[in-house]
Amino acid sequence: MGNSLNAWSEALIGFNLLGLPLGLIVIAVIPLLFIALYSLTYGVYGERKISAFMQDRLGPMEVGKWGILQTIADILKLIQKEDILPTSADRFLFVIGPGILFVGSFLAYAVLPFSPAFIGASLNVGLYYAIGIVALEVVGILAAGWGSNNKWSLYGAVRSVAQIVSYEIPAAIALLCGAMMAGTLDMQQINVLQSGEYGFAHFYLFQSPIAWLPFLIYFIASLAEVNRAPFDIPEAESELVAGYFTEYSGMKFAVIFLAEYGSMFMVSAIISVVFLGGWNSPLPNLGSFALNTWTNGPVWGAFWMISKGFFFIFVQMWLRWTLPRLRVDQLMYLCWKVLTPFAFISFVLTAIWEIYVP
Amino acid sequence: MSEYFGNIKTGAVTIATGMGITLKHFFNAVHRKGDAGLDDVDYFRQVDGLCTLQYPHETIPTPANARYRLNNDIDDCIGCGQCVRACPIGCITMETVKVAPDDLGACGKTRDGQQKKFWIPVFDIDVAKCMTCGICTTVCPTECLAHTPVADFSEFDRSNFIYHFGNLTRLEAEAKRRKLADIQAKAKAEKEKKEEEN
Repeated sequence: MGNSLNAWSEALIGFNLLGLPLGLIVIAVIPLLFIALYSLTYGVYGERKISAFMQDRLGPMEVGKWGILQTIADILKLIQKEDILPTSADRFLFVIGPGILFVGSFLAYAVLPFSPAFIGASLNVGLYYAIGIVALEVVGILAAGWGSNNKWSLYGAVRSVAQIVSYEIPAAIALLCGAMMAGTLDMQQINVLQSGEYGFAHFYLFQSPIAWLPFLIYFIASLAEVNRAPFDIPEAESELVAGYFTEYSGMKFAVIFLAEYGSMFMVSAIISVVFLGGWNSPLPNLGSFALNTWTNGPVWGAFWMISKGFFFIFVQMWLRWTLPRLRVDQLMYLCWKVLTPFAFISFVLTAIWEIYVP
Repeated sequence: MSEYFGNIKTGAVTIATGMGITLKHFFNAVHRKGDAGLDDVDYFRQVDGLCTLQYPHETIPTPANARYRLNNDIDDCIGCGQCVRACPIGCITMETVKVAPDDLGACGKTRDGQQKKFWIPVFDIDVAKCMTCGICTTVCPTECLAHTPVADFSEFDRSNFIYHFGNLTRLEAEAKRRKLADIQAKAKAEKEKKEEEN
């Protein structure tokens, strides 16, 4: 276990058993396990508790101490449920929809640097790939909504497609500001460039006076991209029953849920990599207290990466239980008339800052 | 244009205010909301804190004069059957056996000194049917039938909702019935004898 960049993942790539590339499978399984475990604990249980506390309730309390085992009970229920396939549904699209949805959110994990020593695929166009591959989710949502042959599902799917495709523009431009500051699209390199002995002062959010604008724009646009409140109009419970997954039950429903939690962490991880230094410790070196040096390393890196991601997921939940849902026209207004112009402004300002300010 | 920026400003300020409120509630979720009553001066100040009542483990007590589950104090019941006739949905079932003259002492008196003249082997109340209208309690002459403050009496089996208040077991009831039949048969035989003699 060396301390050089990507030491763990490269060691895993080289690991073969009986001529089978077992290490590559392990690399793919690690983020998969992470999604499953995190959505079980923090995703479902945490969200229920957080939403309960924000509304002066207690949340699940009966299954286990403080309701800790509630999610396990929910999964047992989901497994036992009948896997209903509506007679008038398009069988192929209906079955393949949740699959594409999950694959779309999971593929982006390939370029997420979980630690200085671990990244699924160290692409030199990592950020570009991450922005692009998320669009695959749109196909899954449309397949699920169209295949269900249900007006609510189709409404949800159409809204979702319009929303995701629109919000990709401000999101991509905001991320480009970060890429401009780094001068690279390699996710691991973006992190390396943000490390330094002053901890958080090296993060791109604090490196330029306008970086907060693309940061904010990307955060808002990412909420819309993962269909989180206040942009949850594709699944608007009070209007569309459950949106594009109205007809789903049992394990297919669980897969859609997993995909949603997967993309929640994915956008949180991307924003923390581009603007908040990813796996870099935010603590600065204070004289002889080398806090930054002590709290950096492969294991610490994973800790910082995951806690930063979890922090943004907390903010997403916090917003969800604060704001009401936007109307469809308000959603488009916000995207095209507010976020996109401001994204362009911040793009130009960042470019000027990068060229003329050393 | 100023409207445009005004909207953005309003949006940002209101979102920040709202998030501040939710975060305040989030951090206040470690303690209970105060229990000051409506007539307390602090009533409107106790906005923060958990308001969940974990029901089966914690309950707000029902008032002492609450009228929920129907209860019959069988020791005071004289078996008049007025409640059975008064009940609009027929949730009370009653069977009575007349008390033999030598059993009157064993059957006893009600609390206000009235001699009971009936054994009541069956006095069943189906509390699942009972709608707590209270008509049976108003017609009850000895006030043995009353609604109690017990509000929570859920069951897993519907048959458990039939509450038995009878004061005799089935065997005892059978014995009393036979005894009464014997006495009546004897009386009848004596009567016939007298008629024959006449």
